Amino acid sequence: MSNLVIAEHDQNSLKSSTLSAVTAALAIGGDVDILVCGKGADDVAKSAALVCGVSKVIHVDNEIYEHQLAESVAPLVSEIGKTYSGVLTPATTTGKNLLPRVAALLDVSQISDIVNVKSNNVFQRPIYAGNAIATVESSDSIKVITVRATAFSEAEVGEIPAPIENVSLVFAQELSQFIGERLSQSERPELTSAGIIISGGRGMQNGENFQLLEKVADKLNAAVGASRAAVDAGFVPNDYQVGQTGKIVAPDLYIAVGISGAIQHLAGMKDSKVIVAINKDEEAPIFQIADYGLVADLFAALPELEASL
Amino acid sequence: MKILVGIKRVVDANVKVRAKSDGSGMDLTNAKMAMNPFCEIAVEQAIRIKESESDVEIISVSVGPKICQEQIRTALALGADRGILVETDNEVSPLPVAKILREIVLKEQIDLVILGKLSIDTDNNQVGQMLAALLDYPQGTFACKTELQDGKIEVSREIDGGEQTLLLNLPAIVTTDLRLNEPRYASLPNIMKAKKKPIEIVTPEELNVDISSGLQMINVSPPEERLAGVKVESVAELVDKLRNEAKVI
Repeated sequence: MSNLVIAEHDQNSLKSSTLSAVTAALAIGGDVDILVCGKGADDVAKSAALVCGVSKVIHVDNEIYEHQLAESVAPLVSEIGKTYSGVLTPATTTGKNLLPRVAALLDVSQISDIVNVKSNNVFQRPIYAGNAIATVESSDSIKVITVRATAFSEAEVGEIPAPIENVSLVFAQELSQFIGERLSQSERPELTSAGIIISGGRGMQNGENFQLLEKVADKLNAAVGASRAAVDAGFVPNDYQVGQTGKIVAPDLYIAVGISGAIQHLAGMKDSKVIVAINKDEEAPIFQIADYGLVADLFAALPELEASL
Repeated sequence: MKILVGIKRVVDANVKVRAKSDGSGMDLTNAKMAMNPFCEIAVEQAIRIKESESDVEIISVSVGPKICQEQIRTALALGADRGILVETDNEVSPLPVAKILREIVLKEQIDLVILGKLSIDTDNNQVGQMLAALLDYPQGTFACKTELQDGKIEVSREIDGGEQTLLLNLPAIVTTDLRLNEPRYASLPNIMKAKKKPIEIVTPEELNVDISSGLQMINVSPPEERLAGVKVESVAELVDKLRNEAKVI
């Protein structure tokens, strides 16, 4: 048995979600290799080589892989992956875009968003927005898997590097073309890797009021998130969204402010270690899963919270 | 141009469903069923293209039991021109669904396929990407904006850090994210008119597609329940608990 983990990166650094995918691959068993494909991503390959438990890193360097377009990367991954018994990525938007294309090229099923490895061919994954956990068994010769990063700890990073094998494989294509990217700039930690998250919902009333959250976030070195209601109302951009259709998070502390607690939102944050809810409606469903609930007007509570930190 | 939209019949998004106590599946007894919300967005996007371009035909396709005709009728009432039901009483997993759609895309000479990014029951998020692979077409997944250009389509996609824009050659596969559009409701006259629109029925066997899957569901179980904690009386008490009891700040 051997597993290939596809590294997620921005050409400069390896994303921590890759480390969680390595942990899942190690749980399946057998050798674990990491594939780094990109343009000038040498530092990423070096970081990947230091991940504990990794046997080797395969580095494919070509400008056509710069933007990780599925039309180029999928044939590359299926070509390299066909000799492995498992191919894994974190279930990020990059992984979700890429891996089903790989699975179809390999003519096998994909197992999406696993949260648990029961054996080398039995896995658990949430269905119905997390309202149930399905246990599934794969009889495919190659298990193609996306991994919910928050469900697996990050593999440790050591000091003795695994070998890096440079491979030249070019899958040029003219089907799709990269036009541009707009990435939100923030001094705060990323939502999916933050230790503390403070999120606002419809109760924030408008986008300007998110400053109240940001001030608390700055004191706690927290990321700022939002419910779908707040995003749909236009208070904040959609990459703030925590929930089944947004980002799945599991920080040490999640503070939900003015969020009622729709199933959709809970599916994205209920695995947080400690949940705090601040809401003026004491019947709000969010209180049913909160470790600490404060029934209060958020416009009074947030400045007070900021002052006491 | 010919647009194919995929439609899946799923439990209504507002219904809270639970696993059956014997673990054999979800308890959907008497649950209200509806078109998957992401498929509604796909239908809406196809209709908007039809409204802005000349000579567009929209074909709505569903894979499932006979009753899925209800959701195809909904699409027809919204503005699709005709329907195809690939009828089977078996559960069909994403790869065989993609293989079925491939046959229809080739037979109908489809220029643009618009699918939901995932269905809210199985949460797989696979079919669009798999179909693109099988046809060797480009893919624009998780779309929040599309714009047709001469023989191409520009797709803005929701990605983790923000938004990415791609230009795809047609024919292409697009999968919808939530913010692509706000689906309309069908009007009563259009619902009546939809009853006369044709729905063709075929089977996976007639399309020569093997619907077996390498993935078997062993059981479903309820998620671990999280219990409600305590109510605190003040911000000061909250901060004290977070510092000294939970030790997270």
